[in-house]
Formats: sequence, structure tokens, C-alpha cells
Amino acid sequence: MTDVGFVIAGYGVILGGIGLYALLLARRLRAARDAVGAPTDADPPANDAPA
Amino acid sequence: MKTRILGWAALVAVVAAAVNGLFVVPADLNQGDAQRIMYVHVASAWLAYASFGVTALAGIGYLVRRDLRLDAIALAGAEVGVMFTAFTIWGGMMWGKPVWGVFWQWEDPRLTTTALLLALYIGYLLLRRLTDDPHRRAARAAVVGLIAAVDIPIVHFSVLWWRGLHQGPTIGDPSKLLHPSAPLLFVLALLAMVGAFTLTWAYLLIRRYQLARLEWQREEEARLSRIVAARRAAPPPLVGNVEEPAR
Repeated sequence: MTDVGFVIAGYGVILGGIGLYALLLARRLRAARDAVGAPTDADPPANDAPA
Repeated sequence: MKTRILGWAALVAVVAAAVNGLFVVPADLNQGDAQRIMYVHVASAWLAYASFGVTALAGIGYLVRRDLRLDAIALAGAEVGVMFTAFTIWGGMMWGKPVWGVFWQWEDPRLTTTALLLALYIGYLLLRRLTDDPHRRAARAAVVGLIAAVDIPIVHFSVLWWRGLHQGPTIGDPSKLLHPSAPLLFVLALLAMVGAFTLTWAYLLIRRYQLARLEWQREEEARLSRIVAARRAAPPPLVGNVEEPAR
């Protein structure tokens, strides 16, 4: 394998891995919010929320 | 909403730093294109240290205050740290083969202590699965997180304390802060990648902390429903039918 091949493998796995972890984390977070009925980032704040 | 903005900022920063490291900064005279891997390798290594530092500090905080939110921070640090340690090792291997001629060498103290660091924190995450009691789990994890954190300075200073294949610090040594042993263009590209990865790290840490809080909430709900179900299934107490004991 050439140097460029190692660079592609290095960047591909690291950046791809971080992206994949972020996506999986978002899915786990959504599933957990659905399970406990917690508000999401997109939900507007409740009017009766304490200031 | 702020976390979402942080996530987008991190994405833009990582793309910009990667384009800079891959296409803008020239290749190293001796190492060729393989040197470009250093930008992601070193950034991953620093954030692995930072993650486990967060785990250790949050663990101390839990032991002092017994607040489960601190345990959630410790868990977030450990999981994100395991990921960055694995990427540090992967980046090092991808750089080591073209430059050193080998992917790995067990005799090298930096490599071996980093592998040990990864094993310690995978153990930390596995240990957390041994009990359902949140406070018992948090206390055990805090102690193990503190013991494992001893390996962080050993990994960092191993290149100074012992001889091995791994080179010494390029900018991490205080004496090299103003006079780094790499061209300024390379140092700036590295700092840009460290900055971009730090934004990503902060975003992932916050998201993992939020997930840990929700998981704990779900565990509590499940525990309460188990208690309620057990009480309903139990036979009713024999109030009124029990004869008074003879005096």
C-alpha cells in the first residue's frame, strides 16, 4: 500500500468513525427520549417552565 | 438548541481542518504524505487524555457529593475516551507502517501503555454493567476510573522516561512550546485539527451525558414498575383475621 493509501485509511476510519459514533449516539438519544417521553431539542420550551 | 449549533460548528471545523491537512499543507520532506496522519492521530490522543481526565475528576466529584449527574459525566468521558484512544492507535498504526516499517511494536513503551489505557477503560465500561444499583455502580466506577487515570501520565511521559520506537514530543514539551521541532505550517495545521476535534469532543460528551441521564431515568422507572408489580402480586395482609396472641 502507498503512503496515500495509509493516509486514506487513517482519515477514513477516524473521521468516519467519529461520524458513525455521532449518528449512533443521536439514534440512541432519540430512542431513550421516546422511551421516557422527554422533550427533544426541536420541541419548543413549555410555557409553564420555571424562569 | 445550543448543542445542535455546537454539532454543526464541529462538523464544519473538522471538514475545514481535514481539507487543510490533506490538501493545503505540503507533505513532509522525509515522511512524505504519511505525515498528514499526525494531525488526526495527535488530536485523537490529546482528546483521549482529556476524556479520561474528565472521567477521573467526575469520579472524584461523585465520591465527594454522591451526585449521579457526576457519574453520568464520568461515563460520557470514558465512552468517548475509549473511542478516541482506539482512533489514536489506528492512526498511529497507519503512520507507523510507512514510516517505521511496522504497524506495531510491543517493546515500545508509548504503544504498550496506550494499549493498556484502552483495555483499562473498556474494563471500566464493562464493570458498570455488573450491577443495577446506580450508586453502587457509580462508586465502583469512580474508584476504577481513578486507578485507570494513573496510566494517563505514564502514557504521556513514557517517551521521556524510557527509550522506544516512538519519537519524543513535538510541541507538548514545555521547552518546545515556543520552538517546536516541526515547521510552523505543520504546527498550525495540527492546532487547527486539535481545535476542530475539541469541538467534536465537547458535542459528543454533552450528547453522551444527556443519554446517560435518560438511561438512568429509564432504569428508575423500570425499577419502580417492578416494585409496584411485586406489591400487586403479593397476597393481601391478613389484617383483622389474626388472633391476638395469648398473654
